[in-house]
Amino acid sequence: MAQVEIISPPSADWKGHSDANPNFRTLGKLSPPVMRKIEPFGAQFLAYARRKRHGRTFSEDDRIQALSKVKKSEDDDDGEISEPEDPLMLARDAKDWKGQDHYAVLGLSKYRYKATDEQIKKAHRKKVLKHHPDKKAAAGQDDENDSFFKCIQRAHEILTDPVKRRQFDSVDEAADVPPPTKKDLQKPSAFYKKWSAVFESEARFSKKTPVPMLGDANSTKEEVEEFYDFWYNFDSWRTFEYLDEDVPDDNEGRDHKRHIEKKNANARRKRKSEDIARLRKLVDDCLSYDERIKKFRQQANADKNKRRLEKEAAAKREAEEKAKAKEEEERKQKEDGERLKAEKEQSKKAKEAAKNAVKKNKRVVKGSVKDVNYFAEGGEASPKQVDDVLDDVDKVLGNIDPDQLADLVSKLNVAGKDAGKVKEIFSGTTGELVGAGKLKESDLKVLK
Amino acid sequence: MSDESNGVPATGTPEHYAIGIAFGNSYSSIAHISGEGKVEVIANEEGDRQIPSVLSYIEGEEHHGTQAKAQLVRNSKNTVASFRDYVGKDYKSIDPTPCHASAHPIESDGQIHFSIKDTESETENKVSVLEITARHLRRLKNSASDFVGKPVTAAVVAVPTDVSDEQKAALSKAAESIQLEILQFIPEPIAALLAYDSRSSNPTADKNVLVADFGGNRSDVAVIASRGGMYSILATAHDYELGGAQLDQILVDHFAKEFEKKHKSDPRKNERSLAKLRLEAEAVKKALSLSASATFSVESLADGVDFRSTINRTRYDILALKTFARFTRLVEEVIKKAGLDVLDIDEVILSGGTSHTPKIAKNIEAIFPESTQVLAPATTTTALHPSELSARGAALQASLIQEFEKSDIDQSTHEMLTVTPHLAAAIGYQVSGQSADAFTVIVPAETAVPARRTQVIGGLQGDVLVRIAEGEREIKVTQAAPKAKPETNGSKEGDDDDDDDSDIDEDDEPEEIREKVWKPKQALAEFVFRGLPKGSKVEVTVNIDAEQVVSITARPVGGKGGLRGEIKAAESAQNGSA
Ligand SMILES: Nc1ncnc2c1ncn2[C@@H]1O[C@H](COP(=O)(O)OP(=O)(O)OP(=O)(O)O)[C@@H](O)[C@H]1O
Repeated sequence: MAQVEIISPPSADWKGHSDANPNFRTLGKLSPPVMRKIEPFGAQFLAYARRKRHGRTFSEDDRIQALSKVKKSEDDDDGEISEPEDPLMLARDAKDWKGQDHYAVLGLSKYRYKATDEQIKKAHRKKVLKHHPDKKAAAGQDDENDSFFKCIQRAHEILTDPVKRRQFDSVDEAADVPPPTKKDLQKPSAFYKKWSAVFESEARFSKKTPVPMLGDANSTKEEVEEFYDFWYNFDSWRTFEYLDEDVPDDNEGRDHKRHIEKKNANARRKRKSEDIARLRKLVDDCLSYDERIKKFRQQANADKNKRRLEKEAAAKREAEEKAKAKEEEERKQKEDGERLKAEKEQSKKAKEAAKNAVKKNKRVVKGSVKDVNYFAEGGEASPKQVDDVLDDVDKVLGNIDPDQLADLVSKLNVAGKDAGKVKEIFSGTTGELVGAGKLKESDLKVLK
Repeated sequence: MSDESNGVPATGTPEHYAIGIAFGNSYSSIAHISGEGKVEVIANEEGDRQIPSVLSYIEGEEHHGTQAKAQLVRNSKNTVASFRDYVGKDYKSIDPTPCHASAHPIESDGQIHFSIKDTESETENKVSVLEITARHLRRLKNSASDFVGKPVTAAVVAVPTDVSDEQKAALSKAAESIQLEILQFIPEPIAALLAYDSRSSNPTADKNVLVADFGGNRSDVAVIASRGGMYSILATAHDYELGGAQLDQILVDHFAKEFEKKHKSDPRKNERSLAKLRLEAEAVKKALSLSASATFSVESLADGVDFRSTINRTRYDILALKTFARFTRLVEEVIKKAGLDVLDIDEVILSGGTSHTPKIAKNIEAIFPESTQVLAPATTTTALHPSELSARGAALQASLIQEFEKSDIDQSTHEMLTVTPHLAAAIGYQVSGQSADAFTVIVPAETAVPARRTQVIGGLQGDVLVRIAEGEREIKVTQAAPKAKPETNGSKEGDDDDDDDSDIDEDDEPEEIREKVWKPKQALAEFVFRGLPKGSKVEVTVNIDAEQVVSITARPVGGKGGLRGEIKAAESAQNGSA
């Protein structure tokens, strides 16, 4: 190899060109530039054109753009992903990526496992814009390295890879909601609020969806039962690879490597079973505080009692009704008997009255012929005449029914002692009786 | 938007929806930016993303794309193809006897027309190429509007780098006649680069990019200096007789000869047979890009005889050997034109349909060092679809500028703004303790000013002298000591590629090793830091303003005591007046 000349460090008396700038001196000038055309395309050209047209320098333009961007992102939809950056986080070493909170790095602490791919994409873009080393250098920022930028890239890599994201989400303690303490639960309404938050957060690990939620005081028994049933049989995808110890990838310590791998596998298994136990305990605890369970038990008891009482009441009512029915029956029978008797008596009386009326009417009829002197024309009626008339009257009365009789009587009363009329009336009646076949004309002697 | 209110019925709505259009002689593609911010290449009603730039008329009915292309067999007289390059040209300036069998261009008033039966009547109409273009653009615009579900009103159109202003004006006019505003024309290589940069993790990295666009009837290559995400074209080269059609022709000849051997007649003599041969040859060629062999099959190729044959990729590669070499040569030519070496090219983008051809990509890859990334399906698995690059880039640009008014865009793209001084030489540093020959680039040559770059110098201790200088790249050629591994440009970044299984020409004769080395040329300034603790780093920022005043700031990382100095502009700068 030929002798290579080395640039030597500055001599002790190295001097700048001026005292004002003692560590710097100019040696030459730039070669004359070449005029060329920049192709007016792409985002960087737009920025260039903007700078040039407004006569801005890089840093002025950066500042103005940053300002307008901030303004824009404030009313932009991605305003949601702006949160203050913890200086400690900004100073992180990218090598220690396992220890970093990937959501916080992207400004998504609020969202964590709930962050959508879209949000992650946007947040990443935003952080890159802000922390890109070029950009920082351009802004003349006194920042020593691009470590945080690497953190951003790592966070993005993990959160956009579904498998890696699940591994991280599995151990993302910041998304955990601790179960409420007794003190927390002093207010009765606190139970639902606090425990719901716990289960909402645990639900992220469920393989099955939808995951039933705790609900509230008004949940039905079926809902509550389904809830506990689901959570006691919770099928979780939670894994613990993320906490693995790094496996050395040098070839030498092969045994060591295998040892670590085995250790990791064991640790994962242990953590998994601990997690299952943890969740079970959680559900146990919640159940033990769940007022609804008590309520449902009381309700169940109350229901039983109510049913018994109802049965008894029903039996009683039945008995009462039976007794009442019997009483009614008896009363009815009695009433019927009495009515029959009364009716009988009444009809007897009526019959008697009718008989009496008939008797009376017969008397009137007999009297009527006597009143007209048995139709004798002048003088006393001969006994024969009297007998004939009375025979005829008897025959009439013997065959007349009470109604006809009453009719006859009323007519006779009108006729009074007018023999002609009386006779006419009788003739009418006998005519009717003969017509009805009750009398034969031949039987009658006078009152034809 | 004062300059486009001329007669066009005012749409009223300020809602602009702009897409990207790649309008090729052979194929066109359209793309837009989807709701999720992704570039989406749009398929037309037939499901094609590469839409043949062909119109055909059957009894007055207009057919477009693949359907129209199929008409080249039966209805070639009423089918218009390969017309893009005619737009905006006089009849006098074109060669009216093109090789493709479709409606021939004719003259009318000095303008290019096609005589076709485009109505139900039997009479032929003279339709201007402008009108044909408008009809083609209308179909593209309608397909895009249907796809995005809202009317497309504007577009960025990708065109070759050598398209003249008259051609652009003519294209704009044709577009205007169908209520499509062309916001901007984007050179195809820039569009391709934009398409790749939009998905790059570090799109503003300084790099030299070669974009090769291998199309249907022509090939265009360009070398682009990409500096901080801004692009300057350093050189372009064109071959107007090299493209997919030449490869199709090779297969046409191959199968025609095979047919002739068997059936004693040359199917190329009959127009219709030739058209069938061409269509099938193109299909076979595309198939060979994907698989190792393909079947050529045409019903009733000639004299009612069906023809069927197969070809494998090796055979094809041999048949096309010479033509393939022309693509590589074009790439070498443009690098030379740019005054660069293959070692200066960091990235090669292969664009255009013909770039699917594996052998073409492999050949090109072979002339570059391993450190150069060649982006084509055959060389990089994550490569984008070469046929889609122009449309993608145009769509990206469209989404960037669609909110601006046309006048605003015109002002921003005016030469007053775009033509600007670029650094003639790279600016870099030397540091005490290193060889006096060493030089590390901070700002590469061909960077437009104003520019600003920062670099961290590590591993410092004690009293340190840093010299800022202009540097020069040299190509160092050494005879390879047997089994030495080729050094890639190690000065640029950590080289982690130690796999030396380069399967390219491992010949017996001692191999030449070519390396890129940087040498300091002209010192600009120097500065010192004293008493730095072990393992210190110094961050140096070089800022060159519009007047070429260089200001330098330096500070120990994590320490105190930064410094700042300025280098006045050279008096010889053309605008300097002492
Ligand atoms: N998969 C493929 N393999 C090989 N060649 C292909 C493939 N796909 C398309 N091509 C060819 O690419 C060419 C078209 O390229 P491109 O779409 O870039 O055309 P263009 O932009 O219209 O070009 P030009 O204007 O030069 O004609 C055609 O010759 C076509 O056959």
